[in-house]
Amino acid sequence: MPAKVKRIATDTVGLALAHDSAELHVQGKAVYIDDMREPEGTLHVAPGYAALGAKGRITVCDLSAVRAFPGVVAVLTAGDIPGINDCSPAMGDDPILADGEILFHGQVVFAVIAETRDAARRAARLAKIEIAGELAAITVEDALEQGTEDVLPPYEFRRGDPGKLIAASKSTISDSFHVGGQEHFYLEGQVALAVPEEAGGMLVYSSTQHPTEMQHCVAKMLKVADAFVTCECRRMGGGFGGKESQAAQWAALAALGARITGRPVKCRLDRDDDMIMTGKRHDLRIDYRAAHDRTGRLTAVDAALLARCGYSADLSLGVNDRAMFHADNAYYYPAVRIKSRRLRTNTVSNTAFRGFGGPQGMMLAERMMDQIAHRLELDPLDVRKRNFYAPGRDRTPYGMKVVDNIIHDVVAELEKTSDYRARREAVRAFNAKNQVLKKGLALTPVKFGISFTLIHLNQAGALVHLYTDGSVHLNHGGTEMGQGLYIKVAQVVAEEFGIDPERVKITATTTGKVPNTSPTAASSGSDLNGMAAQEAAARIKARLVDFAAREWKVKPAQIRFAKGRVIIGNQSVTLAELARRAHQARIQLSSTGFYATPGITWDRDKVKGKPFFYFAYGASCSEVTIDTLTGEMRVDRVDILHDVGRSLNPAIDLGQIEGGFVQGMGWLTTEELVFDTQGRLSTHAPSTYKIPCASDVPEDFRVKLFASAGNPASTIYRSKAVGEPPLMLALSVFSAITDAIASLKPGCMPPLEAPATPEAIMKAVKAMSP
Amino acid sequence: MSKPLKIKLHVNGVARELVIEPRVTLLDALREHLNLTGSKKGCDQGQCGACTVHVDGERVLACLTLAAQVEGREITTVEGLTPDGAELHPVQAAFLKHDAFQCGYCTPGQIMSAVACIREGHASSDAEIREYMSGNLCRCGAYPHIVAAVREAREALS
Repeated sequence: MPAKVKRIATDTVGLALAHDSAELHVQGKAVYIDDMREPEGTLHVAPGYAALGAKGRITVCDLSAVRAFPGVVAVLTAGDIPGINDCSPAMGDDPILADGEILFHGQVVFAVIAETRDAARRAARLAKIEIAGELAAITVEDALEQGTEDVLPPYEFRRGDPGKLIAASKSTISDSFHVGGQEHFYLEGQVALAVPEEAGGMLVYSSTQHPTEMQHCVAKMLKVADAFVTCECRRMGGGFGGKESQAAQWAALAALGARITGRPVKCRLDRDDDMIMTGKRHDLRIDYRAAHDRTGRLTAVDAALLARCGYSADLSLGVNDRAMFHADNAYYYPAVRIKSRRLRTNTVSNTAFRGFGGPQGMMLAERMMDQIAHRLELDPLDVRKRNFYAPGRDRTPYGMKVVDNIIHDVVAELEKTSDYRARREAVRAFNAKNQVLKKGLALTPVKFGISFTLIHLNQAGALVHLYTDGSVHLNHGGTEMGQGLYIKVAQVVAEEFGIDPERVKITATTTGKVPNTSPTAASSGSDLNGMAAQEAAARIKARLVDFAAREWKVKPAQIRFAKGRVIIGNQSVTLAELARRAHQARIQLSSTGFYATPGITWDRDKVKGKPFFYFAYGASCSEVTIDTLTGEMRVDRVDILHDVGRSLNPAIDLGQIEGGFVQGMGWLTTEELVFDTQGRLSTHAPSTYKIPCASDVPEDFRVKLFASAGNPASTIYRSKAVGEPPLMLALSVFSAITDAIASLKPGCMPPLEAPATPEAIMKAVKAMSP
Repeated sequence: MSKPLKIKLHVNGVARELVIEPRVTLLDALREHLNLTGSKKGCDQGQCGACTVHVDGERVLACLTLAAQVEGREITTVEGLTPDGAELHPVQAAFLKHDAFQCGYCTPGQIMSAVACIREGHASSDAEIREYMSGNLCRCGAYPHIVAAVREAREALS
């Protein structure tokens, strides 16, 4: 059991305050980039691509009709880029504009700059582009068969000799299954507005989770120093990982247009273009063999995660590493080998998506639990519990010891509150009585590692100003995409100064105020930026305490900040009064703050270290009904218990948990990406790509925060990250569907693939027919 | 390009004249010509609901409606629910109270849809709200809170 954590009394931290822009949102007054008043003379970009072809040399590129279209100001191709033609996050393999060849259908070949968006889009359709088509690899199987070079080298975690153990074991399982990808479908599509500044400067407003990367990309593309480019983002209309690296191309095209025309240029992608041209969650084929004992406890696991990465590396290194890091979920694998291949295909380059590979990796763990249970006709929950990490069984496949394990408590409580055992009997009785409709039930755990596994990203900066009226200006490197980061950090700063959060002015994230930032990703936003902002505020506060101690001749320990006032010995003044006097005494009332997560180490080459600061835990119990004649499925009830440590803001956290679950449920049930044999994405619009709507959410949906004494790791007010972990709670829906189908043929594992669309359910049902 | 049209739109109680190309949608007319950017362009193909506005009190998708089609009819956008200085509409207040959003991009459309849904009498139960609000997508998955907000607003308005 983790050590007890000392509680700190707080006034503002822990309050269920509304999202920072709540009042603006309900009135339609929150300004997104496409809502900003366009500067006079703003031009618009539309990207253009070849109608046919997924791989090959460009043999014809006739843009004369595009240039001649009324309203067109410029048509840009690779040759127009003054600097480096690359918008990749690291590897240098993502051309902003295709140069001589295309590597996936939808790759941008040229960009039209026109007086109106409409003119730009109409003109873009007039291009004549021909490709000398080569054999394209569209699927994982294509890549394996064609032997295309992987985008990145394979990687492996290994302990013991699982192959030998499995070969010698009498009880083994094996399978090969697919886990689908996922389109982000942020409601606000990709958008950037570039405004040229004097002396070669460029101001880029970008809807991005990573302003610093946008800055760097634009600077190297324009061949100017980083200091000449500023990137700002006040808010995004959803990100989910899709506006990390994937925002760069559009920021770059807007900036290139602005440089070439000397006018402000906006790039706002049409929804179909957005879905065709931007990367998605990696889809995987997972092959595995495993051995277990008679009780269903695993003794050895040998698995291969084969990921469709698309045409370039993008973030595939981190994503696939994280899939490996979570291939254990909450279970101990005594002997284990987790192999990962990062396959190159002629499809859009897959990228970050909430969970960053973790959800795909966990599918392996839960698949094995279900398979063992259904084969041995045991309750899957009992098999799961038997395999949990526990004292003496606490080393992950990558060697890190799990020291903060609370999964036993979380699952035990949820088992009770969800009434799991009684409902298991009810489901059994229902299935015995009904021939067509079948019910399934599953309770699955989540253990998710918190920290960027690229260690240097675990840092953050903040900038805080205290004005002489006692109000506070707050800025930090994290971006707001709806997850409530801005209000959480404002609560931390308000707590520090003992003021009402309304006295804290939250300001847009910009590279001009806080430089060299990490992406707002890996659930790390409040952990990192909360700490940095607290440090900035604490520094100002320390100067004020020092000053007041001298002025009032009291000990520093006799000074505290509360309710807008500063108590100094037996007197008190307003914060404004103290700030005014400190200013007159020439005390600096502004400070930066900086934070670097302590105690994390990861040597990737040696597969050694402690990559995670801590783990976040949760569990969910889902009940579903399927129709075995149509494949239709309904989620009847969901119970969730999730650990956020000591919550910074329970309202925000609850929203993250529910929303993450719903998004994960969409990924595993209705959201299906279909590429045709030519490599064209067939599901490039919300008419064919179905994300959950209001009526898809379980009617009976019970979500609770786990009563935590606080994170044993010394995080900001002992809270835990909450952005990604809840998405994986949705694995219980997939397992419940598996359970329902398994009832058709006891002793067998249904060959269900993800997403469990009606079609996939029908296939599995047919395979289980007697 | 067709010849520009001169049309008069009644938006939020105010007559507004504009000269537009005949194929301009109501959404583009609102956002790009009248600077009413509360209505959002989510998909621009009638699938997401972020552009929902009212025409003569009924909810329509502004991205699938031509501006010229609604000349002379009463158009209400999210900005029209709260004339400046006025208190929040009960639906807005309920969305605020119930945290019925995260990123906020779908919110104006959700609210316009909810106002009409209640007026239509399609908010009598949670099941009905879920069904009649299902044309408005929320990628953040704030649906349980949206349903709770519509339920509460329906009670406040009845």
